[in-house]
Amino acid sequence: MSEARRNDVNSTRHTIVFATIVCVICAALVAVAAVTLKPAQQANALLYKEKNVLLAAGLIEPGDKIGTAEVEAIFKRSIRPRLVDLATGELLSEAGHDARRFDQRAARNDPATSRSAPDNLAGIRRLPNHGVVYFITEGGNVDQIVIPIEGLGMWGTIYGFMSLDSDGNTIRGLTYYDQRETPGLGGEIANPTWQALWHGRKAYDPQWNVGIQVIKGVAGPPENDPMHVDGLSGATITSKAITHLVQFWLGPQGYGKFLTHFREGLTL
Amino acid sequence: MSAVLPGKASQPIFGPKERSILLDPVLLNNPIGVQVLGICSALAITTSVAKALVMSAGVMLVGMLASLAVSLVRERTPASIRIIVQLAIIASLVIVFDQLLKATLYELSLELSVFVGLIITNCIVLGRAEGFAMSNPPWHSALDGLGNGLGYAAVLVVVAFLRELLGAGKVLGVTILPLVKDGGWYEPNGMMLLAPSALFIIGLLIWALRTWKPQLQEKA
Amino acid sequence: MEHYLSLGLRSIFLENMALAYFLGMCSFLACAKKVETAVGLGLAVVFVQTLTVPLNNLLLHHLLAEGALAWLHPALADVDLSFLSFILFIATIAAAVQVVEMAVERFAPELYNSLGVFLPLIAVNCVILGGSLFMQERDYDFSDSVVFGLGSGIGFAVAIIALGAIREKLSYSDVPAGLRGLGITFITTGLMSMAFMVFSGIQL
Repeated sequence: MSEARRNDVNSTRHTIVFATIVCVICAALVAVAAVTLKPAQQANALLYKEKNVLLAAGLIEPGDKIGTAEVEAIFKRSIRPRLVDLATGELLSEAGHDARRFDQRAARNDPATSRSAPDNLAGIRRLPNHGVVYFITEGGNVDQIVIPIEGLGMWGTIYGFMSLDSDGNTIRGLTYYDQRETPGLGGEIANPTWQALWHGRKAYDPQWNVGIQVIKGVAGPPENDPMHVDGLSGATITSKAITHLVQFWLGPQGYGKFLTHFREGLTL
Repeated sequence: MSAVLPGKASQPIFGPKERSILLDPVLLNNPIGVQVLGICSALAITTSVAKALVMSAGVMLVGMLASLAVSLVRERTPASIRIIVQLAIIASLVIVFDQLLKATLYELSLELSVFVGLIITNCIVLGRAEGFAMSNPPWHSALDGLGNGLGYAAVLVVVAFLRELLGAGKVLGVTILPLVKDGGWYEPNGMMLLAPSALFIIGLLIWALRTWKPQLQEKA
Repeated sequence: MEHYLSLGLRSIFLENMALAYFLGMCSFLACAKKVETAVGLGLAVVFVQTLTVPLNNLLLHHLLAEGALAWLHPALADVDLSFLSFILFIATIAAAVQVVEMAVERFAPELYNSLGVFLPLIAVNCVILGGSLFMQERDYDFSDSVVFGLGSGIGFAVAIIALGAIREKLSYSDVPAGLRGLGITFITTGLMSMAFMVFSGIQL
C-alpha cells in the first residue's frame, strides 16, 4: 500500500465513514436474519413444549417423529389447555386467555404477572399468578391432566411436565425436557426408562398430604410402594431436587389448591 | 480483479498452494493441537458426536465467511479499529448462525446453549482473521478459515466419538455397545461423560501427534 | 443472604469457569507458567468480570429485552432486540477492558508491563463473554449478576493460580518429550478438574 493511500485509510474521516458502513451492513444482516427466522423459531419452541406435554401424557412415545401437523391434530382432538389462578385454584374462563400460547416462564419473570414465592425447598424464587393446565379428554370425558413443574436442580433449573389421572392422584407420566444436570448421572432424569418408574405411583397419601418422593435405592412395584420412586445412583442432589420440586407443585403453593377443586369435580 | 483472485492465468484456483492452505491445519498446523487455539468449546461440547458436528459446522462457516469478509476490506480498514471491525463481522455472522440453528435444529440448539455465542471469542476465528486474512487475498483467506475450521472439526469429532462411544455406548445416538442397564454387556465408563476426560483425550492426542512429528516438541 | 452466599460459593467452586466449563482455556494454558503472571491475569479477570456482568445485565433488561424500550416511548413497547445481545455484550466488554487497561497503565505500571499483551486479550477471553451469556440464560437479576460476576472471576483466578503453581513445580520433573509443555498441562488440568468435582457433593 502506498504511503498516501495508507494515510488516507487511517484518516479520521475515513475511519468514521468505514465504521459507520460496517455497522449498517452488520446490523442489516443480523436484523434481516432475526426477523425472517423469528416465526420459525417460535413455532419450534411451541412444538417442542407441546411434544413434551404429549410425552408426559403418554400420547406419543419417545423417539416418535412427530411434526407440527400431527401435534396440531392431537391437540384439536383431545387437548384443552386452560389457565388456573394458582393462589385460589380456580379455573379461569376461556374468554380473554390464550392458554395454548401462554408463556409461563415469561409470566413468572414479569413482576406485573407474578409474585415472590414463599421460602421453599425447591429453590423457586418467583411464582406466576396464573398457571396452565392441559386437560386430556378421551371420549368426551377428562382422562388425564398435565401440569408444568420446575425447580432448582444441581446445575440449573429443571423444567418438566407431570400427568395425573382423572382421580387427581395417580401419576400417569412424567417428562423432564429442559435440564442441565450432569450427563450420565443427574441427567438420567431425561431418560424415558427412569421416567417410566413413575407410572402408577400415587402423589398423595390417604390423608391427602403430598407423599410422593424419590428415595435412595430401589422402590417396589407401584402396587406395594405407591409413593416411592427409585433414586438415581451417583446423583443424590438431583434426586433430592426432583423430590422437592414435585412436592412443591403438588402442594398448596403450586397446583395443590387446583387439584383439590379438580377432585371435587369441576366443569370445563 | 487481482485483489480478489490470486492472479488470472498464472495461478490455478485450487493448486498445491491452495491445497496446503486448506489441509495443513487439519494435522500439521492443527489449531487445537499445535496452535493451542479454540480449546474452550472443544472440551465442553464433545459429549456427543452430533453436538460436535453442529459446532464444527458453525466454526467452519463463520471462520470461512469472516476471513473472507475481513480480507475483502483489508485494504480499507483503518489500523486503529481493525480488531473491533473483525469482532463486529464475526459477531454478526455468529448471530445469524445462532438464529438459523434455533429455526431449524431447535433441540440441538438447546443443548449447545451458550457455546454457539462463544464462537465469537473462539480464538481460532479471531486469530486467523487477524493473523492471516488481514494480509492475504480473499480466496486464500476463505480457504484458510475453512481449513482451520476443518482442523478444529477433526479434533472435536475424534474426542466426541471416543467420549460418546465409551461413555454412553452410542455414536450419533445409535447404540454400538449395548449398555448393561438396557440389558446389554457394556458397563459404560462414566468418566467419559464428565468434562475432564476431554482434557485427557486431547493431552494424549497431542502426545501422539508430537511423537509422530518430533519437530513440534517443546524444548526442555 | 444465604442465597447470595450459595450463589457465590457455587460460582467459585462447583461451577468454576475454567475447571468445570473449560472457558478461558487459551490464556489459561498460555499464561499460567509462573505464579506472578497468573496472579496478575487472575486479578484483571476478577475486575473485568465484576464490572461487565452487572453492566450487561442492566443493558439487557433496559434496552434489549422484549418490552424494555417502553420507558423511551410507549410505541416501542413490543420491540424485542434480544438477538443483539451478543454484539452488545462484546461491545461493553471491549470498552470495559480498554478502561481497565488505561487505569492499570496509570496506577500500576509494573503490573501493566508484566501482563503485556494478555490484558487486551481479556476482551476475547471466553470467561468474560461466557459470564454474561450465562447471566442471560439463567435470568439473573442485578444483585445476582454482581455476585455471579465476582464469584466466577474469583473462581477463574483460583484455578489459574493453582495451575501456575503446579507448572512451576513440574518444570523440575522429567516429562516425556512428546508430552512436554502443552500435553502435560492438559493432563494436569484434567486432574485438577476431577479434583474440583469433589465439590459437587456439597449441597448449598
